[in-house]
Amino acid sequence: MGQKLLLEHINVPEIQTYNVYRAKGGYKAVEKSLKMSPDEVMEEVKKSGLRGRGGAGFPTGMKWSFLDRKTDKPRYLVCNADESEPGTFKDRFLMEKIPHLLIEGLICSSYALGSNTTYIYIRGEYKWIVGILEKAIAEAKNAGFLGKNILGTGYDLEIYVNNGAGAYICGEETALLESLEGKRGNPRMKPPFPAISGLYGSPTVVNNVETLAAVVPIINLSGEEYAKIGIGKSTGTKLISACGNIRNPGVYEIDLGLPVYEFLNSDEYCGGIRDGHRLKAVIPGGSSVPILPAELFYKNIKGEERNMSYESLSDGGFVSGSMLGSGGFVAMDETVCIVRNTWSFARFYHHESCGQCSPCREGTGWMEKVLHRIEYGHGHMHDIDLLVDVAKKIEGNTICPLGDAAAWPVAAAIRHFREEFEYHIKYPDKVKNSRFAHLDDYKTSLQLA
Amino acid sequence: MDTNLSEITFTEERLAKAKEIMARYPEGRHKSALLPILHIAQHQFGNWLSAPVMDYVASILNIKPIEVYEVATFYSMYNLKPVGKCMIEFCQTGPCLCRGVEDIMDYTEQKLGIKVGETTQDGKFTLKGVECLGACGYAPMAQIGEYYYENLTKEKIDKIIHLFGQEDFNPDQKYDI
Repeated sequence: MGQKLLLEHINVPEIQTYNVYRAKGGYKAVEKSLKMSPDEVMEEVKKSGLRGRGGAGFPTGMKWSFLDRKTDKPRYLVCNADESEPGTFKDRFLMEKIPHLLIEGLICSSYALGSNTTYIYIRGEYKWIVGILEKAIAEAKNAGFLGKNILGTGYDLEIYVNNGAGAYICGEETALLESLEGKRGNPRMKPPFPAISGLYGSPTVVNNVETLAAVVPIINLSGEEYAKIGIGKSTGTKLISACGNIRNPGVYEIDLGLPVYEFLNSDEYCGGIRDGHRLKAVIPGGSSVPILPAELFYKNIKGEERNMSYESLSDGGFVSGSMLGSGGFVAMDETVCIVRNTWSFARFYHHESCGQCSPCREGTGWMEKVLHRIEYGHGHMHDIDLLVDVAKKIEGNTICPLGDAAAWPVAAAIRHFREEFEYHIKYPDKVKNSRFAHLDDYKTSLQLA
Repeated sequence: MDTNLSEITFTEERLAKAKEIMARYPEGRHKSALLPILHIAQHQFGNWLSAPVMDYVASILNIKPIEVYEVATFYSMYNLKPVGKCMIEFCQTGPCLCRGVEDIMDYTEQKLGIKVGETTQDGKFTLKGVECLGACGYAPMAQIGEYYYENLTKEKIDKIIHLFGQEDFNPDQKYDI
């Protein structure tokens, strides 16, 4: 059984309240941090090897070190709680169940970065969580961990929650900053990066909820101890939100490096595919990352067993690998129609494209339309290559990564499940009234596990 | 809901809340409060944003009306047309598809006699298909008012339609389904 650093006290009754959280050792990381210098706190985060938990996996300590400290402008920390990547619901779980952990992580991190006003930008649909966070903030303030002259150190900090209004793109950090300034969520050209010119033109760090919560165990244990957990450059623990056709959907904290077989099949985690069904495919890290057929999910192309880490899941690049991404883990059984699923993701990205860059605005619409006609029995054989071509022309040609995120799932679905697309085109009458897969007809090469 | 133009002002409580939100941002940056204040406006004025309501929000923030329109038209949670008192927003993205949300949507359409995107004649229900709501492990699901209703079944849809069609239905309240 892995260590629980974030979810250790998740089942303690009333852990949402300050008193219970404090009684379980809460806010010790703040007391410890404020006795250190901001640079020392940052040093611990660097030593921990923590990597951004929102999806990109960029080293957090390095991101912090880019923050411009020479300017006399205020510096900001912004917490990205705009969780919207299909398959991902871990930040919501953390904020709902143990809100003080995020607030504590925010105080330690704000102190390290020199932010006196920190904003939590939360997706608009999580309306009820705004109240949970604001209550936690008020309690922390009442206890002297927020406000003026925290614990007598002279350090001042206020935390505010700002709700979005339904736009996946605002999870991209510069779109988030635009939205936080009260504008449309159009991503900004980089450079300048937010570390130099972010919120209101001031140096800004934007980090994911889970990343900032992880600063608490890092301070409590020390960066060095935290780095001992995990495998290679994937240090620490990670929240995985597991969904799809599994027995036990939910949010799990794993030590990075856990074998994928164990994660999917052990009763401690997903509990395996639902009774009477078999694994067909997995999207291991949110809808943007490439889908993997069952056999390539369990083992890489060299036949080595994969584990849940940044390196192992991406082994093989996009030809035969995927990504850990946000930890949005979607397991699909043989009933799932890959064409329909890919079409639903294409519709999602088309809907969520901000419209700023032509390749994304137009390309996502093309992909949605072409996939729709294949799914509904009106496709042509050349449509498959057309999709690959459109995906290629979006990838790398947009201001922000939404274009790539839209292109990758389509390209990967065709790469691994081309036969299923061809089947839809050859036998339109069999597919047009069915939402589920016709496995018996085309499973010549497909392996289930 | 019809909105009488002369009556477009926030209640005292809501105006105070709007001012409090504006004060969270640095001097001259109060436009940051636009998204939260639009939510407040939508909540007060019948769950949608008419042009006069948006103009009123612009006046509170002391910004041009166009700055409000361009934001209101960008974000999917702002309704630019009247909607039913109970708006059922089904998540229809991949993970919910795997768990059969489309069958639940079909069933709801049949029960209410409307299609997704439409409102019932009596103005009680609107059906909407939305993209991923971050509840993939509890699919199929829908957002109604302030809350999520998860692990939906046809029986739960029956209950929702029965309960939420009552006169005293309050979208700000979480119901046990």
